Order: sequence, then C-alpha cells, then structure tokens
Amino acid sequence: MSYQLENTQRGEKYNSIFSKVSSAKRRNRTARSHWRSRLLLGLYLALMILPIYWLINMSLQTNSEILGSMTLWPQNLTFDNYIGIFTNSSWYMGYVNSMLYVAMNMLITICVALPAAYAFSRYTFIGDKHLFFWLLTNLMAPPAVFLLPYFQLYYSVGLFDTHIAVALAHCLFNIPLAIWILEGFMSSVPKEIDETAYIDGYSFPRFFVKIFIPMIRSGIGVTLFFLFMFSWVELLLARTLTATDAQPIGMIMTRTSTASGIDWGTLAAAGVLTIIPGILVVYFVRNHIAKGFALGRT
Amino acid sequence: MSLHLQNIDHIVNGVPHISGIDLALEPGSFNVLLGRTLAGKTTLMRLMAGLEPPTRGKIIMDGKDVTNVSVRKRNVSMVYQQFINYPSLTVYDNIASPLKLAKHPKSEIDKRVGEIAEMLHIEHLLKRYPQELSGGQQQRTAMGRALVKDADLILFDEPLVNLDYKLREELRDELRDLFKARNCIAVYATTEPNEALALGGNTAVLHEGKLLQYGPTEQVYREPNGRFSAEMFSEPPINIVPGQLTDSEITFDQSLHFPCDDQLKRLEPGDYDFGVRASHLTLQPQQADDMALDVHVDVAEISGSETFLHVHHERFPLVLHLAGIHQFSVNEPLKVYFPTHQLYAFDKQGHTVHIPARQGGAAHG
Repeated sequence: MSYQLENTQRGEKYNSIFSKVSSAKRRNRTARSHWRSRLLLGLYLALMILPIYWLINMSLQTNSEILGSMTLWPQNLTFDNYIGIFTNSSWYMGYVNSMLYVAMNMLITICVALPAAYAFSRYTFIGDKHLFFWLLTNLMAPPAVFLLPYFQLYYSVGLFDTHIAVALAHCLFNIPLAIWILEGFMSSVPKEIDETAYIDGYSFPRFFVKIFIPMIRSGIGVTLFFLFMFSWVELLLARTLTATDAQPIGMIMTRTSTASGIDWGTLAAAGVLTIIPGILVVYFVRNHIAKGFALGRT
Repeated sequence: MSLHLQNIDHIVNGVPHISGIDLALEPGSFNVLLGRTLAGKTTLMRLMAGLEPPTRGKIIMDGKDVTNVSVRKRNVSMVYQQFINYPSLTVYDNIASPLKLAKHPKSEIDKRVGEIAEMLHIEHLLKRYPQELSGGQQQRTAMGRALVKDADLILFDEPLVNLDYKLREELRDELRDLFKARNCIAVYATTEPNEALALGGNTAVLHEGKLLQYGPTEQVYREPNGRFSAEMFSEPPINIVPGQLTDSEITFDQSLHFPCDDQLKRLEPGDYDFGVRASHLTLQPQQADDMALDVHVDVAEISGSETFLHVHHERFPLVLHLAGIHQFSVNEPLKVYFPTHQLYAFDKQGHTVHIPARQGGAAHG
C-alpha cells in the first residue's frame, strides 16, 4: 500500500513537471487502453475457442437435441456419448491403436534421429550437406505417393494391419523432421563440451547419455511434440495399412455414419477425446515450441 | 614427464596451420605460447592434447610416441577461452567428473574437490549449477576440473580473455602459484606480451604457424632473434625504422644522421632495420648523446596510468610509451629523444644482428 502511494506521488510530481495532463486523466486513459486490449484479446480467444466449445457442447447433448434446435449449452446434460465410447471395445481400441503406433513411431524415430543428428552436427563427411538436404525433400512428397508401394510391400512381408507397419510408415516423414530439429539444437551446443568430456575421460556413450542429452533436453521435448503431432493426425497411411487389428481412431470415427444416420453425439465425444492428448503434449513443451518451428535454430 | 613435438606440420584443406614446429617442453615447466590471433596457438594446443592428429611429424611424451593416441588415453587437461562446463552437473560434479571417471574412492574425491575449490575460492558454490555463476566463477570451475586430476600436461587456451581486467590479474597470480607445487607441463596461450611477462617461465613466440623463438621469457624479451619476434613480444610493438649504417653514423630517412655507438660500428655497413622500444623513447633527454627528433603528435592513447603517444616524423611513425597520464593536442610539435645506445638492428631478412647492451634497469617496460 505504501509503495503504491509513493508511486502515485512520484507520478504526480512527474506530471506536474513534464506535462499538463492531470494524473486523474492519465490514469483514466491507461485504464481505458488496458480494457480495450483485454477486450480485443477476449474476443480473439472467444473466436478461437468457439469451434472447440461447440464440439464439447455437442458431445454433452443427445442426438435429438443436436438435431432439434440450436442450444448454446446442453439442456439435458448427458455423458452417454462418453460412456458409450469407453464401454465399447471397438471404440476405445481405436485410441489404444493410435497411441500404440504413435508411441512406437516416436521411440523408433528418436532412437534413429539422435545419432544421425549428432553426426550431421559434429562431423564432416563426403556429401553431408547434400544428404542433409535430401532428408528434407522426403517431407515434400505427399504421402499418397507412397501409399501403393507401402501397401503392396507390407502385404507381401506380412506386416499389414500391425501397429509397427504404421509406425514405420510414419518414420518416412518423422525421421527427417526429427533430424533437422535435433541438429539445430545440437549445433548450438559448443563442440568444446564434447572435447572437454573426452579429455576428462568420458567414453562416447557415457558422454552422450550423461552430458549431451541433458543439454538438449528441451530440443528432444520439442521434437517429440512434432513427432506426436504428425503421427497422431496422419490418417491416409494409417488407414490404408490397417484393417481391423490396428485401426486408428480417425478411421473408427468414420463408422458413425450408418444407414440410420450419423451418430453426432458420439462423433463429437470422440473428437473431444482425440484433441486431449495433443493439448497435454503442447502444455509440456509450450516454452520451447517457437524454437522447434525454427527447426532448432534461433 | 616431458613433451617433444618433432617437426609438426598441420594442414587443413590445403592451408598450412602449423608448419615445421619443433619444440621440447621440460618436465615441470610453465610455458607461454605467445602470438597474435591465427598464429596457430589453439591448433598447436589441440595437437598437444591429441584432439587432432598432426598431418606430419611426431609427438613424443616421456619417450613414447603418442602421435595417434586418442585424447582419452592421454593424461591431459584443457581450459578453453569460452567457459566450458557441463550445465547439467553441479559445480561439485563438474570438478569431480574426471576423478569419478578414474574411479577414485568417494572420500578421496571429496577431499580433492574440496582442496581445489578452496584454492580457487569457489568452495561456497559447489552446490550450484554453472549457469548460476558469474563468468569468473564459471572459468574457475573449468580450471578446477582441469587441475583436480594430476594431468601430465595442462593446456590453457587464453583462459582469461573473456574476464574483466581486475579478475584477470587476480587469477593470473593464483595460476602461477598453483603450478609452483606441481610437476606437470603447463602450456598457456596468450596474445598479450604483458601477460607472458607476468607469468614468466618459458615463452614460445608463434607467427603464422611457425615457431619464431623459444626460451626463458626474460631472455626472449631482451634478445629477440628477429624482427617479428621483437614486434610480437612488445606492447606497444617495437618501433622499426629503416636506415643505413656507415662507418660512423646511422642515417634515417636519408636526412637524419645519428652518431652510432661503438657496438654498432662492428656491423658491416649497409641497409638495416633499426628497432627501438616504445618505452625507450622519451620527451626529456636521458643521456648526453640522445638524439633529438622533431615530430608531430597523431594521437595519445591513455590506458590506465600509462600513455601511448603516437607521433610521426616526416617519413616514419613512432610510438612512445610514457608513464603517467599526459595530454597532447593533435599536430602539436614535440621533441622526442632517441637513445642511440638502445637500438636493435635487424638485417633485411629480419634476423637480429645487434642487441643493445643491458643498461642498469633501464631496459624494461
């Protein structure tokens, strides 16, 4: 309180010397601009959240209410849609399948990309720059291009309709991306740290695990977020390479349109459940995402 | 433990970084590598450490050829110009890491880390992480890690460059004391002649990848074996004035005639480059036969309690090193006294042909 008082006094002194605007007017104006920015921000947020709110709103209504009239909030609050998903194994297995192949993909990708990115960031070898750029070109081909060869290949080696099939297929996009992001983070670690570790007597694996990986922890987090994002939302390859045993949730959601019409409520509930993992992952890496979008280069 | 570099060449992408260096370092010696940037100091240290193998030549440690032995198997330690620590480990773990890897017992590690930390005045920071420390403290941590193991060879690559002036002097003095008790070879790279003089020991003067001179620091300073060596090892650089020597006098700039001192008369008459240290030029005559020169002031640099006065004669510039702070205005005419007894003479190939005799305490600065 006393601090505030002092501050006001100082402000008034300042005003009396340097400007004709009285402190009351000034306070008024700052308050107004403060409110204006809050209002704009609130409006923006409302617009952004509106579709998500509508999804949640729908997921808590019955089909008849959804189709009957436009309601801003559920008139008859119901959790039946969620209960339906969690009790029907053909529904919840979709989530299990998706999470399984996404986790597998993240694991494979990070295990491959960490050493590869280290090599690109620390060593020079013949064609290293070309190879590095070639990796990025893998991201430029649309997945549809690889659809037929993958399907045919996996079918003939007996990988069709397994989780690992989808995980491997997603590696095509995720490994180059992970190498690019991780290389950026690794290159910002001075090479002298590696040398100091060798001088101190660290063996390479021990240095890598004990010293190096902790230094690029945030980079690995961001990379995992990107891997998750790509693999979780990718539907084309996941759908084509699976039939029943490893079907992704995105595919199961299309089953809601049946001869008796579309099951809107269940579809909305499934949608809500699908965006939750993404929100969780974003929450953990929220401070480092910008650097990740710049591929680790600041 | 001795270190002998035999005819080392190091060529990177066709560009020679080190050429033909032959250097033997004595056990227990403190060696300063002096040279400007790009002289090859860092490269030479990396070769000594074994971080890179030389293109040609051999590195002999204690009579054993270690040219291609990896850095992990050599008992060396190194401090870099940047503050290099492991950010994920505490200061204690940073310093202890070489000992932990060598599998020393816990109690011994505790004791040695404690001793080193005390020596470097960071004993109260052991639980902190490197990012939470100031630059000087970070560099002390790096030094602690280098000193904690009994390395045969300790390399310092301009460790004090990124620190402020006061801290540098303090750490430099501590460093000298730390090495008195040890029987390892210390190599310290620096660009500053004053730092080399303050550290003492031996000095190797490097220039463009070549070793110009190696010997006790005082001797290298007083008796440079060539023009480059003399220029490198004086701050401000020694003044070089081309001139002719005849039987009885030196002529600068075709018009300035100096009587020449008895020792210089022994040289063959001909063209030479004459060198005079900035600290030997004065504004008041010191001796009866000092020669007065009419010059004009270019600029006066004040550094601490010293003044570097840049002046020019008609054809050649000179730098004076004056004690105390003096004010001069630009283009002010001055008389500068040139000591004829303190001239170095270099032949046109850059070799030293004449070194002035020592005069009771005057030759210094």
